[in-house]
Amino acid sequence: MTEHVTEQQRRTDEPSAGPAEHRRGLSHGIAVTEGERPQKGVTRDKVFELVDVAVLYGGKPAVRDISLDVYRNNITALIGPSGCGKSTLIRCFNRMNDLIPSAEVQGQILYHGEDLYGPKVDPVQARKLIGMVFQKPNPFPKSIYDNIAFGPRTLGMKGDMDEIVERALRRGALWDEVKDRLHDNAYGMSGGQQQRLCIARCIAVEPDVILMDEPCSALDPISTGKIEDLMLELKDDYSIVIVTHNMQQAARISDMTAFLIVELDADEQNRWGRIIEYDETEKIFTNPSDKRTEDYVTGKVG
Amino acid sequence: MSDEFEPRTERARLAVAGARSATMAALHDRPTGEAVRSLIFQALIMFAVSIALIGLAALLIDAFVEGEGSLSLNLLTEPTSRDADNAGFRTAILGSLWLIGGVVLLVVPLGVGAAIYLEEYANRERWWNRLIELNIQNLAGVPSIVYGILGLAFIVRGPLDLGFVLAAGSMTLALLVLPTVIIAAREAIRAVPPSIREGSMALGATQWQTVRHQVLPAAVPGILTGVILAISRAFGEAAPLLLLGAATFVTADPSDPFSGDFTALPVLIFEQAKQAQSELRELAAAGIIVMLAVLLAMNSFAIWLRNRYEQRW
Amino acid sequence: MEARDIGVSSPVGLSSRLEAPSRRWGEKAIFAALAVCAALSVITTTAIVISLLGPAFGFFQEVSPGDFFLKSEWAPAQELFGVLPLVLGTLSVVLWGLLFAIPIGLGAAIYLSEYAGPRVRKIVKPVLEVLAGIPTVAIGFFGVSLVTPLLQDIWPGEFLGGPPGFFNAGAAALCVGLMIVPIISSISDDAMRSVPAGLREGAYALGAGKMRVALRVVFPAALSGTVASIVLAFSRAVGETMIVILVAGNTPNLTLNPVEPIQAMTAYIGVTATGDIATGTIEYDTVFAVGALLFVITLVANLISIRLVRRYREAYE
Repeated sequence: MTEHVTEQQRRTDEPSAGPAEHRRGLSHGIAVTEGERPQKGVTRDKVFELVDVAVLYGGKPAVRDISLDVYRNNITALIGPSGCGKSTLIRCFNRMNDLIPSAEVQGQILYHGEDLYGPKVDPVQARKLIGMVFQKPNPFPKSIYDNIAFGPRTLGMKGDMDEIVERALRRGALWDEVKDRLHDNAYGMSGGQQQRLCIARCIAVEPDVILMDEPCSALDPISTGKIEDLMLELKDDYSIVIVTHNMQQAARISDMTAFLIVELDADEQNRWGRIIEYDETEKIFTNPSDKRTEDYVTGKVG
Repeated sequence: MSDEFEPRTERARLAVAGARSATMAALHDRPTGEAVRSLIFQALIMFAVSIALIGLAALLIDAFVEGEGSLSLNLLTEPTSRDADNAGFRTAILGSLWLIGGVVLLVVPLGVGAAIYLEEYANRERWWNRLIELNIQNLAGVPSIVYGILGLAFIVRGPLDLGFVLAAGSMTLALLVLPTVIIAAREAIRAVPPSIREGSMALGATQWQTVRHQVLPAAVPGILTGVILAISRAFGEAAPLLLLGAATFVTADPSDPFSGDFTALPVLIFEQAKQAQSELRELAAAGIIVMLAVLLAMNSFAIWLRNRYEQRW
Repeated sequence: MEARDIGVSSPVGLSSRLEAPSRRWGEKAIFAALAVCAALSVITTTAIVISLLGPAFGFFQEVSPGDFFLKSEWAPAQELFGVLPLVLGTLSVVLWGLLFAIPIGLGAAIYLSEYAGPRVRKIVKPVLEVLAGIPTVAIGFFGVSLVTPLLQDIWPGEFLGGPPGFFNAGAAALCVGLMIVPIISSISDDAMRSVPAGLREGAYALGAGKMRVALRVVFPAALSGTVASIVLAFSRAVGETMIVILVAGNTPNLTLNPVEPIQAMTAYIGVTATGDIATGTIEYDTVFAVGALLFVITLVANLISIRLVRRYREAYE
């Protein structure tokens, strides 16, 4: 408990990069002073609105009854025990579930007010705006430069490619480490570097949202720390949704947290995930409304 | 032994059978009997391997012994001739090379295209895609002479009506080795991990952009190896060409794939091997040596390619 | 304050940003082109069937199937259309060849999978692949140049009617057998190696020796893969042309005796379709009738083998 308060204090004590409005990722223009909580009911920019969303694989639900809003310039964390469908859920945000033939998405997902699954929506276009970083770093078998340049080139972005690559690598906190070996194969990098490369690659196409599916679970603690710091910087320009099985990570960096659990049906044949609680991170971890949330975040269960 | 315990899976059944056999051996058989039989068995299977290896060695040695007398640079430079002393394989070698060139031109786009379709685009649940796969597997096993009949009926005559020309030979051989290329290309494409595709799609690339810029470049070494293996096979094939008018006595070098007579190295060797005269038989053996040398070069190149450019994921 | 701070709910023109810039005709065209490449396989099979069935049908208008399949004299020039000698000729070569190839192939497979160390494997397996890649004309030459004379030399007197002549089925069988050994050994080796280690180790742990494990555990476990390899080898042997023409000859002969010369189905097609027989005649059509029979035999064998391979792959997945 004490640790949490210190974390919060520390964050507001830090010299912030931008105007006070950017602290705590709230973009309503009201300055937030230390220790003061934002009032409920203040309108914040919604990037995603989910209403009664369910995902089925071959007719069987993997997650259901998902309703939540993702806010601009926030880090939104999805936590919960394994098998509760966090990865399935996050893949809805950029229509990656389209790639699985047996997958079906029900319910409504709005992206800046537009139906993301509307008939006229092109998933390829959507993915340009909503990027994704995966659990296991997956750089392309090319040079570092070509990894970054692939997105802008393929998408036909205008501009000097060298500049674009440098900008992306700087933003991804990787430039200093690789500026002298841009044309080396990406596979020669360490796991943490590869993941930052994947983040830089994602940023290079100038998305609006960055989705991260357990980005640090394959990495060592030091790399994890670097990436967490990076995420806090990136939050200024992007909206981030992160799936993590590491509760402390969620507590450290996220603004909003959704807690999911696994539910079984009557004869224990089928299982699916659902959201139990979705609220400000501080509340989830210090004063959750649901006992199941409390049991999970205090480590009593799974 | 009681039969109360009935193993339910295939795996369990085998495990039990093995265990039973081992136990009975331990309890019943005389130790020396088992050891002796074991040794004899081991000797037998090593003998089996040796026979295969000796057979191969004998084949190669025989070709060398018969043919080395006729080996000379002339073989590569002189055209076919009735005069056994001056005859060479130039026309036949060039003919084979032209044939193979045509095969490569046809088989790479068609084979890689089919492989991409099957691996990246086709929905396996659909019956027509499974039919395509079944067809490819079957075609891989159709006798080469039947491809000759196919070529005769549809390419030389029939709808395409090209006549007994080199192009017809190329097209028929291409059909013959196409299943091999498709199967090899599919394996190479399948070896590219799904995470690469996901990474590309997540950036907003289309499926074709992903295939063209990520999957294919990574699969190229495997595809190339498959293509080389396929053309090795085509290079040594004679049966279909017999039906397609590969004449044996052709003296002019190939110049136009759509007209004129053509020949190929295996066909020429075949004709020479059939003859009773020993000079011609020796020439045939020399031709075999040349053919094997070319094949060795091709396959070594394929192996080198694979080792150098193989992507370890 | 930047524009971002103000609660703008939707960036300008978002719906147009989510729509595709074009109907993506390029992607659709590419899909179609690739599908055509794949469909070519179906077209090829259809073409083969048509090219065979058409004239074969015409043939069977003239010659009754009964005559074709049951009569035992083949001499189309004299209007004798009993295909049995050709079938028996092929069978003679194939069966004697399998008799040679199966023990060698299986023995090699067991050796490679159960006995050989990795270094030996590294050498022997590629060498067997080399055998698989030797062009059949070369093997045919080998048959005429070495195998037949050798057989003639070592033949025990009058056994089966005397030493083989210049053309004989036995030498062809040995050559074809040598050709198909790699098929049997390679596929059987794969099948044996995919038997889970746990099964072997269980038997070893009970004190079984290598031979017992190989014969009582591994071999039965890999049985469908092994049988598949034999069926595939059979199919390949049936379809072989150059070896039989060179070594077994071109005389139709109703016999399974390996010392005799025979004419295989493939050989008949090979020498007739190149010859001077006029097209459109009944004689010419015999080529297609025999070809159709050949195709059907190998098709059935291939289908069986595909089925068996699928079964052995499924057993351990």
